[in-house]
Formats: sequence, C-alpha cells, structure tokens
Amino acid sequence: MEIPNQHNSTIKTPEEIEKEVWSLLELVSDPEVPVLSVIDLGVVRKVQAITAQPPENWKIVVSYTPTYTGCPAMDVMKMNMRLALVQAGFRDVDFTQVLSPAWTTDWMTQAGKDKLKAYGIAPPQHKQMVCTPDSFQQEEAIPCPRCNSYHTRLVSQFGSTACKALYQCNDCKEPFDYFKCH
Amino acid sequence: MDKQALIDYTLQLADNALIIGHRNSEWCGHGPILEQDIAISNIALDYIGQARNFYQYAAALIGNGATEDSLAYLRDAIDFKNCLLTELPNGDWAQTILRQFFFSAYQYFLYQQLQQSTDQQLAAIAEKAFKEVTYHLRWSSEWVIRLGDGTEESRERMLHAIEELWSFTGELFEATTYEQQSVNDGYGVAFQEIQHSWMKKVGLVFEEATLPIPAANIWMQSGGKKGIHTEHLGFILAEMQFLQRAYPGAEW
Repeated sequence: MEIPNQHNSTIKTPEEIEKEVWSLLELVSDPEVPVLSVIDLGVVRKVQAITAQPPENWKIVVSYTPTYTGCPAMDVMKMNMRLALVQAGFRDVDFTQVLSPAWTTDWMTQAGKDKLKAYGIAPPQHKQMVCTPDSFQQEEAIPCPRCNSYHTRLVSQFGSTACKALYQCNDCKEPFDYFKCH
Repeated sequence: MDKQALIDYTLQLADNALIIGHRNSEWCGHGPILEQDIAISNIALDYIGQARNFYQYAAALIGNGATEDSLAYLRDAIDFKNCLLTELPNGDWAQTILRQFFFSAYQYFLYQQLQQSTDQQLAAIAEKAFKEVTYHLRWSSEWVIRLGDGTEESRERMLHAIEELWSFTGELFEATTYEQQSVNDGYGVAFQEIQHSWMKKVGLVFEEATLPIPAANIWMQSGGKKGIHTEHLGFILAEMQFLQRAYPGAEW
C-alpha cells in the first residue's frame, strides 16, 4: 500500500517554517544598537509555527523577553519583527511576552558580544560581577573596546540607554558605553 | 480568593511606580550635572516600565475593556493607591535623592520577597524589576553618603530633607486591608520582615553618611494607599492626564 506523502515540495513542516522564521528574525536589529539583531540580543525565546487552513497560511507565535522593563526599543523591535515576517508572507503573527525567567546579559550570543566590541561598546562581562546594592563597591574592570586596556574608570552607572553604563579609558582617553550586566 | 484585593494590590504597585517615575522625569533636562540627569531619567524610565507591567496585569484582571492606559490616564486621585512619599514635590537634589533612597530600599526588599509570590505574574514582574532596583538602591545610597558626609551646605540640605521626608516613610509598611488580604491569600509580602531590613539598610547608609536617624516615636503620615492624598497628586494627574482627557484615545 502506498503511504500518501504529506510533506511534498509545497507543504513544509512546522520545524522548517520555524527555522525560516528564526533566520528572518536574524535580520531584525535593535534600533538603539543597530549592530545587534534581536537574536544576538537574546530577546527571542521561542518560535512556534501552527498549521492553519489552508495549510500554507501559517500562524506564527514569537515568544520574547524584554531586556529592561522600561526599554522603549522593545516596542520598535516587535513592530520590526512583525514587518519582517509579513514581508516574507506570514500574515498571522502573534507575540507573547515572557517575563520569567528574566532576561540576562548571559543570553547575548558570543557573535553579538563580538559585534558590540567592534562597534565601540564594551560587551557585558561574565555573571560574577553582577551588581549588588552595596555602595562604593569595587568597580568592574571593563576593558576599553578601542585599545583593550583594563585601565578604565566608571563615569556613571547609567548611560545613554537603560542597558548601558558610562566609562572612560585612562590610557587612550576614549569615553565608551559598557553594556552593563543584568 | 478575594479578586478585588489582588486588583488593588497590583494597582498599588503600579501607582507607586508611575507616580515616582513621573516625579523623577521632571528632572529630565534639569539635573545638576549631565551624568546625573541621565541617571535619574533612566530610573524614571525603569519605573514607567514597571508601572506598565503591573497595569497590564491589573487590566487583565479587571477586564471590561480596562487597559494600561485607562488605568493610568482615566482614574481620579481618590482611585490612586500610591504612597504619599512618591507624590511629594521633588524639592532640591538632596530631597529627591533621599526620597529615591528610601523608596529604592523599600522596593528592593519588597521585590526580593515578591519573587516568591504564589501569583506567577507578580513574581515574574518582581524578578525582572529587582535587578534594576538594585542599581537604583546602589546609586541613591552613594548619593546620600556623598551629600551627608560632603560639604557643610550639602549636609544642611540632607538634614532638611530628612525633616521633610521621614514622617512619610511609615506608610510604606502600614498594611491596608487589601495588603493584609494579600498576605492571607499567600501572594503578598508581609511588612514586618522587610521593615526590619529597611531600617537596617537605612541605619548603615546614614551611619556612613554621618546623618542622624530620627526618633522612633515620630508621628507618621499616611493615607495614600487608601486613596487619601496630599494636594500634590491632583497637580501631577492634571499634567499627566490632560492629553487623554482632552483628546480621548489619542495615540503617538
């Protein structure tokens, strides 16, 4: 008996569609740090493709975790993700916000950290340096993204956007942003 | 479970964040130096983010077409449940800093506990916001120390700020009926323990700042959490809500 082939060339599996969506989202960038994609940033947690009728009309559900609670870039990222998917023919797109576990800089990809450094922003350090509420604690030793010197100083815990702190290099004098640990 | 208590509890968390966030945003462009202007504006932004998360949750609980916007823009002063401390005018930099320190220390211990809430959404919002509040607490502690143990003038101003604000700190830990209910139902945070941690933190920072802790038997103001506010809240709402009242449904 012949088994009907459900996966012929015109109908894809949900896994194939999800893979396609992931690669489309890789082209959507963070409006405030345009060298980073939403994938590099680690805000996209899950992509789900759900079959609809007719089968070529997929419903796409993107689960995302915002970086900082008040980050206004999140709304823009969501809009740009929707546009990228609509442009590729996915009309039925839903977003689900996932707050727990909370986003952490550990989710940023290595590729993302490398891109940040090349862009002139010091990438987040490893977890052990995460901030405690104690005042005047020893500052994190952040290497200068320009000359790699560790001889740098904290100017302010709060920088140009919610996710960054302000530093200056004592050697080459470069003022730079540090994507602070979170 | 008492659903109205959960709504009120969530609104109280949202209103506190919105109102102190609005107050901090008044500093934008007026900070004493650029870096600190940026810092306090960043903190304001974190608060608006917290407020949005709590309002969205409250709106989902209320149903009936309520949205984060209708809760922020279309309720009157008597419906707001924020503590009086958050609505007081900014005063000078010392007063703003001290208020920030008192409130950040409160939120730090509150959110630390709230992460264990049996209500998953409240726990998730607290988990997220806790990381940011840690930065707020560190920043404001450092400024209290810097000003208290600074020049004669900065110290004078801190002493004045303590006089202005101390009597508004009691309300933070005075449980309303909906907060009592939240503890009974298992999702809220009991104040006894966090009040103790708060006093300890304030004691440590004040000691380093060489500032005196006011007497324990001082009269404490309250009312905000029950909707009884100072005249200042009405002025905040007038400014914040004007656009939505004059042009209902207006969007960016």
